[in-house]
Amino acid sequence: MTDQVSQSGWRAWLTTDTPTSRRQAKLSSWYHGWLAFRGNTMAMFGLGILVFLILIAIFAPLIAPHDPLAQDLGNRLKPLGESGHFLGTDSLGRDILSRLIYGARITLYIVILVALIAPVVGLFIGTVAGYTGGIIDATLMRITDIFLAFPRLVLALAFVAALGAGIENAVLAIALTAWPPYARIARAETLTIRNSDYISAVRLQGAGPLRIITKHIWPLCLSSLIVRITLDMAGIILAAAGLGFLGMGAQPPTPEWGAMISEGRRFILDHWWVATMPGLAIFTVSLAFNLLGDGLRDVLDPKDGGS
Amino acid sequence: MKQVRSLITGAIFSVSAAAVALPATYASADTPASMLVIATRIDDITTLDPAESFEFAGSDVSRNVYGKLVNFDPLDLGKGYQPDLAESWEVSEDGRTITFTMREGVTFHSGNPVTAEDAEFSLRRAVILGKTPSFILTQFGFTPENVEETIKADGNKLSITTDQKYATSFVLNCLTSTIGGIVDKKTVLANEADGDLGNAWLKTNTAGSGAYKVLRWNPSESVTMQSNPDFYLGAPAMKRVIVRHIQESATQRLLLEKGDIDVARNLNPEDVAGASKAPNIVIDSELRGRLMYTSFNQKHPMLSKPKVVEALKYLIDYEGMQNSFLNGQYTIHQAFLPRTYLGEIDDKPYSLDIEKAKALLKEAGVEGGFEIEAGVREAQERVEIAQSLQNTFAQAGIKLNLTIGTGKQILTKYRARELDMYIGAWGPDYPDPQTNAGTFAFNPDNGDKVKATGLLAYRNAWEPGEMNAMTEAAVIEGDTDKRREMYEEIQRLHQQTAPFAIMFQKIEQVGRKESVKNLTLGSAITDVSYWPVTK
Amino acid sequence: MTDSTDTTGRTSFFMSTLIKLATTLGAIAFTMLGLLFVTFMIGRVMPIDPVIAVVGERASKELYDTTFLEMGLDKPLIVQFGYYLADVLQGDFGMSRLNGRPVAEDIARVFPATLELATLGTFIGVFIGVPLGVVAAVKRGTWIDQVARVIALIGYSMPIFWLGLVSLLVFYGILGWVGGPGRVSIFYMDIVPPVTGMILVDSILDGNWEVFWNAVSHIILPASLLGYFSLAYISRMTRSFMLEQLSAEYITTARVKGLSERSVIWKHAFGNIKVQLITVIALSYAGLLEGSVLTEIIFSWPGIGSYITTALLSADMNAVLGGTVVVGLVFVCLNVFSDLLYKFYDPRAK
Repeated sequence: MTDQVSQSGWRAWLTTDTPTSRRQAKLSSWYHGWLAFRGNTMAMFGLGILVFLILIAIFAPLIAPHDPLAQDLGNRLKPLGESGHFLGTDSLGRDILSRLIYGARITLYIVILVALIAPVVGLFIGTVAGYTGGIIDATLMRITDIFLAFPRLVLALAFVAALGAGIENAVLAIALTAWPPYARIARAETLTIRNSDYISAVRLQGAGPLRIITKHIWPLCLSSLIVRITLDMAGIILAAAGLGFLGMGAQPPTPEWGAMISEGRRFILDHWWVATMPGLAIFTVSLAFNLLGDGLRDVLDPKDGGS
Repeated sequence: MKQVRSLITGAIFSVSAAAVALPATYASADTPASMLVIATRIDDITTLDPAESFEFAGSDVSRNVYGKLVNFDPLDLGKGYQPDLAESWEVSEDGRTITFTMREGVTFHSGNPVTAEDAEFSLRRAVILGKTPSFILTQFGFTPENVEETIKADGNKLSITTDQKYATSFVLNCLTSTIGGIVDKKTVLANEADGDLGNAWLKTNTAGSGAYKVLRWNPSESVTMQSNPDFYLGAPAMKRVIVRHIQESATQRLLLEKGDIDVARNLNPEDVAGASKAPNIVIDSELRGRLMYTSFNQKHPMLSKPKVVEALKYLIDYEGMQNSFLNGQYTIHQAFLPRTYLGEIDDKPYSLDIEKAKALLKEAGVEGGFEIEAGVREAQERVEIAQSLQNTFAQAGIKLNLTIGTGKQILTKYRARELDMYIGAWGPDYPDPQTNAGTFAFNPDNGDKVKATGLLAYRNAWEPGEMNAMTEAAVIEGDTDKRREMYEEIQRLHQQTAPFAIMFQKIEQVGRKESVKNLTLGSAITDVSYWPVTK
Repeated sequence: MTDSTDTTGRTSFFMSTLIKLATTLGAIAFTMLGLLFVTFMIGRVMPIDPVIAVVGERASKELYDTTFLEMGLDKPLIVQFGYYLADVLQGDFGMSRLNGRPVAEDIARVFPATLELATLGTFIGVFIGVPLGVVAAVKRGTWIDQVARVIALIGYSMPIFWLGLVSLLVFYGILGWVGGPGRVSIFYMDIVPPVTGMILVDSILDGNWEVFWNAVSHIILPASLLGYFSLAYISRMTRSFMLEQLSAEYITTARVKGLSERSVIWKHAFGNIKVQLITVIALSYAGLLEGSVLTEIIFSWPGIGSYITTALLSADMNAVLGGTVVVGLVFVCLNVFSDLLYKFYDPRAK
């Protein structure tokens, strides 16, 4: 059956209206999603930027024109394009372009890690609370409230201060502050879905709570969460920068973009590029995430459907 | 859709209306002629009580509020201490007792006359309260138990008796520091609570006889001062002085260029360069007492080797830093006494020399290189210095890892002797060489349990050897020339052997409106003075 | 689903309201207690010596030791927390270790500054963001949608201190349209008597229009910045909610019935997202309230965000705890408010 389909056949197999197996149905729906996504120019643009970013991060040593750490005090704060530095040099005479290229690695690392931790925790807590209700709901939501009620930077700062500065701890701290909103959104969604006819029907078919939550509620919560995560990406990068700004994030001489902005902001009036270049880098990546997220939303949101 | 369009139009309109409709006159205007407005960082002020105040911004306030027995003339700081609330003084034959004659006719802001009794109260109070800066007085042997005998008023005379003979200049120099401020005994006692000698009240209120009184202090926001028309040196020209907390250099520069402030005190080198091009703005540079240094913990197996320490001193790009990111704001200085102090030396034996450092490391038997952890406070210039060190150390195979933290965090570790290396600043507490000699070159007991954490030598677990005795001898030497020579000798020895690399001395660059005249920051010996200012 | 009105009797409705109120208050109390506890513990495990924070780096060992005892640091943590809790329940947040003043007094000074800024920022965010989001959803895929998207995404992707500094440079430094950093110009400081602590309100109460306009000129820029960020978030969420509604069956039905487009969008679709929207707005408002520390620093705005941060970094735990409690309380109240809305008004959550 599936193994013998020819090259031209697999597309037909994927797009069939009458799937013959569960796997085929699933793959088929993904493929349809991809087709819808591919039609969204802006989302593809965002994806393109992110792929580009990943490539840059992987091949940083090959692409970077200079050593990102090499100082040259006699050659500092050079404007764009001067003496072989395409994006100029910073306060210690380091090549800004090379630092940006290497910084892509750190940015990706932070973003991916936070995006893997926070929403998962939030989703889990939120849906369990929303679905089970009663005392479990009350307890989980009170805990969420406690963390939500914290001034975020204070919590993150305190956490890093207690654990020690560094990227890993910064990531944990940001994740710690980022999960409660996801939990609330997931719960709110669950509350509205919980009593729907659809879930009642599933329940009548004899599905247990765990199965209902993971198979039926999670997918429905995804759209709201994805919008939120993508919108949060910039916030995560900037939160990491904020921690770096207070000496609690990436430690020098690591070329973390946020830290580069804080270093360069002192020169904003006369040497605007020092802060602006990493600012643009962050801006571009956040924008890419946002565009991508929007596209994904159209594809993943079962309530909304692709248009 | 019509509705949609009108919504957008409405939204755009309301924003632009809000932005444009503002009457331009409310947005910006010059400061009034009799008001001096200063932008600086004042978030370190924790108290206004002169017996407790020990921070830069607090001392700046105190100097303008409290008269002292002896003080510096802001327009001629080089003259050294001069009579202030004390008109004159005599030293007893054994050199232990100094008797001050109080100036007549000076009054506090409350209208009460300034008497010897107030001076007696103020000094006793500082000793009894025992707050952080009290060591400046208690080092002369004053204790809460003996102040009744050692600090005594008699008529219009006040006499103080030290436990042994000290250089008179040492004692009087100490009295010029903030803790020597004379408070209004009657007013303070009227506001006493639970026998605190008015400490709680004086934290936020002032009761002095100086040129200004504090109207309001909003922590980390502003200090507003009102002139004292009865100031004994004449009513100050500036009727009101407002010191505002502005964190960012760029913001200070914008305010200065727009004319919203008269003086900006925290411009970085780039903003100094930029602001000096603006019309009607002048940049002043004044040498201050603060030193930037790095030190090496003697508990570290590598750093305790003398040759390694020497090598590290050759691995610092003094020139490069001075001429680049520290440009104009720090000058190379390699001895522990700031320039303009008695006994200062200008020797600069070290400069960046990678080869020499490598040779020294080879001699020490650590060619393979090693790693050290340095603590640095999150302040831009320090982080940059640290990164420059990281760069030059690496050239000799030494890997320098940086731990950046808040001031309090790094200090906690430093005091606990947990840092391999510290990169930071030290400011003198009073304008006498003992202030730095007693901490850089003095550590009588290096035991872990001693917790002499106030001493820099102790924090680096360093045993100064013969320098201990030399420092003790210098502080009681009465002959000024001899005393000077003694300090010169200690510093030369210190420069060669101590695990301290003094790197720079601070130059404060101030941007001011051209019309503001006679503003002095206090050089390396004291603090800012507002009363001579005109504009 | 259609609107379902409560058919139960008045009395039982009243009773259930009372019970709900009691549960809500209990929840708030629990949250606040948890908040205090976590903050307290964090403060104690921070590697900052609180004694040094008080006495400074050059204190003698004797002073250090007495202060250590005075601060009760020799007692077990849980006992220390108990003492603190007892004080807080009596409304005493203690003294700031750093400036020797009652923390309550400090907060009364800094919180209104933030409140003023955040409220104005949220107003701007809502009044532009909501219509923008609705329009973007209705006009999905058109240039209007794209423009709205770009406006929001730029707002969301921009590093705030960069934008803050640049806008300060442009609007204050070059154009001179707005006032500089701070809440009012220096010679307008301390003129109007502080009643609410919010200068805009106080100057109106005092009838001092000169101060009012000066304060407006100072607040407009930071508030617009915050408003822009809140706009970005609110408009995106609005769009997302609206799309969900617009694709729902009842909308199609309504359209088929021949209802006007205006009525379909505003009465039906928008009517249904109000509750969700209020949650989002409350979250965003709370976010601004907890202090946009960087905005406060750039505009020298003495608000609660920078107050708590400074206190935290100097181990001034009384100030941190006090500040956290106040921010937390406001936050919890906003949350409870939107929660109640859910429970009472959203037919789907019933």
